[in-house]
Amino acid sequence: MAADGSLAVSGVSSVSRGRANTMQRFARRRSTIAFMMTVPLLAIIIGLVAYPAAYAIYLSTLNRRMTAFAGTLNFELLFDSNTFWNVAFQSCFFAITAVLLKASIGFWLAHMLHHIPNKGQRKWRGMLLVPWVIPPALSTLGWWWMFDPSYSSINWLLAVISVPEVPWLGHPWAARISIIIVNVWIGTPFFMIMYLAALKSVPEQLYEAAMIDGASSWQRLRYVTLPMMANIISITVLFSLIVTFANYDIVRVLTNGGPRDLTHVFASYAFQVGILSGNIPRGAAVSLFMFPILAICAFFVLRSVTRRNKEQM
Amino acid sequence: MAQVSLRKIIKAYEGGVQAVKGIDLEIEDHEFVVLVGPSGCGKSTTLRMIAGLEEITGGEIAIGGTVVNDIPPRDRDIAMVFQNYALYPHMSVYDNMAFGLTLRKFPKAEIDKRVKEAARILDITPLLDRKPKALSGGQRQRVAMGRAIVRDPKVFLFDEPLSNLDAKLRVQMRTEIKKVHQTVNTTTIYVTHDQVEAMTLADRVVVMNHGIIEQVGPPQVLYHTPATRFVAGFIGSPSMNFIAARLEETSGALRLHLPAGMSVDVPEARVARYRAYAGKDVIFGIRPEHLTDDKPTDKTNPAPMMLTPEVIEPMGMETLAHFKLEGTELTARLDPATPASVGQPLRLIAHMDQMHLIDPTTDKVI
Repeated sequence: MAADGSLAVSGVSSVSRGRANTMQRFARRRSTIAFMMTVPLLAIIIGLVAYPAAYAIYLSTLNRRMTAFAGTLNFELLFDSNTFWNVAFQSCFFAITAVLLKASIGFWLAHMLHHIPNKGQRKWRGMLLVPWVIPPALSTLGWWWMFDPSYSSINWLLAVISVPEVPWLGHPWAARISIIIVNVWIGTPFFMIMYLAALKSVPEQLYEAAMIDGASSWQRLRYVTLPMMANIISITVLFSLIVTFANYDIVRVLTNGGPRDLTHVFASYAFQVGILSGNIPRGAAVSLFMFPILAICAFFVLRSVTRRNKEQM
Repeated sequence: MAQVSLRKIIKAYEGGVQAVKGIDLEIEDHEFVVLVGPSGCGKSTTLRMIAGLEEITGGEIAIGGTVVNDIPPRDRDIAMVFQNYALYPHMSVYDNMAFGLTLRKFPKAEIDKRVKEAARILDITPLLDRKPKALSGGQRQRVAMGRAIVRDPKVFLFDEPLSNLDAKLRVQMRTEIKKVHQTVNTTTIYVTHDQVEAMTLADRVVVMNHGIIEQVGPPQVLYHTPATRFVAGFIGSPSMNFIAARLEETSGALRLHLPAGMSVDVPEARVARYRAYAGKDVIFGIRPEHLTDDKPTDKTNPAPMMLTPEVIEPMGMETLAHFKLEGTELTARLDPATPASVGQPLRLIAHMDQMHLIDPTTDKVI
């Protein structure tokens, strides 16, 4: 018995030891460790992105009182609404124009900075980053004051050169341009700093080789700088397109969608419809429109980045 | 193709530091000239001034008779091969080679002809569609050379082109560069810190040090008749042995008194040349290949020396033995069959016909 008992005990302990070993091995596997380390991030993404997105899809299929399933009714009503198409146009116009301007001005500024000697460069870099550091709502308020038709500095300056007063936030196109100006003001430093970093990483010898090959300064920009920066340009443009497309604060503070809802973008319109007007399902439907447009952009940009990386690195 | 003239070239940086201190150099048409010297001697700066990549502080550079001081690099009709190749990573090998011609608006057919011809010379035809990333170091170097060849420029400039390659590939590419020069015969200026590259490639070697030219001449001339202690020590591998000595005259003959009570006779043929230094301190220079194991020879005025090796390095075709003579490091090249061992005194022969004497006050070879 004693022998049997001791055998049994040792059998149990060896089984539990075996299990513990398996658990240890499992815990030690690189893939397990990697998964465990990403769990917090996954939880955040699920909690703050996946769940709200799924919930928005669900909400968009309900009726106004959120009491019954309404199918695609919200979307159909949006498609029939002129305001919605205005919002879609304004969102695209705003995002594309603002991003192109930010990228171009940022590229130009980066180039200027790159050619300033290091000592002076730090000072200028610091100053040019200020608009990006100030909270957007605050700088938008500053701009709102400057756009004031009667008492503001911009119209006063225009008056100095005999240009008639511009109703910056009262006229649809002037308001659209004002929103773009403010967005460009806030967002350009980000492009500038990214492009400056990219410019610094282009080997000097490539420019020297191009100079000897006969390239003018424009050709060096066209054939060396731009291709070498293509990845960073694609990624910053995509990133900024997403952020700009989803912009809310500038429109909310500067025009609140006016005049006549002509300066609304998807985010501000979704808030207006969903929260301020109390039609949450319709608001959810509006907000969902951003996703497919941005997903398609992201797909193409990231694909070209991956392809270039494979070729060059 | 063209001559290149450097007249009193100076390069000074902010703060007054002079990298190049007024050098003069005439490079003939079709010539292969190598600028060689240690880091910071001004050789790369000189090359970059010829290329137009560095501004010239003083003096004049002429290519093909035209002063190019104020002409930008693209109008100097030169081609340059860089140390890290500087290939455009986003372009294929073909486009890299064609780039200079495309910018100069050559007809497509002509570009194609030239690129394919250069690719054939360099044996890179199968690589034309690849991106630089997909090439090995040696292949990249060939492409960089191809990019220079297709342009058919007046002058080729090479800035340490083999430094990034491994030892074996370096030897191989060295031969390639020589072959290419023999084929295209363009005036070539080549910068390196490797004296072996300089010796093997050059029609003439320009040895630079501290921003000045120490000596210019064909490799054999530099090897056999160096002008200064620097050139004597820089050219040749392992470098020349320098031993502090005193020259004494006794009844018409000259004798060098070395440390540790050793002395060697100066050959008769050199007596007249060295007589003025009798009774003075000098530096005795002898190359390791002229300090060998004792074998009967009557041609080279052998002078026996007894030395004890501290380190023995068998190289296969020869054995290097390192000695110390009262603090002075010496190296000798021995026959691999010589039974040398560390700590065992060895009778060596200094071939005095190949000796050099250096004036320690001027560092000039007497």
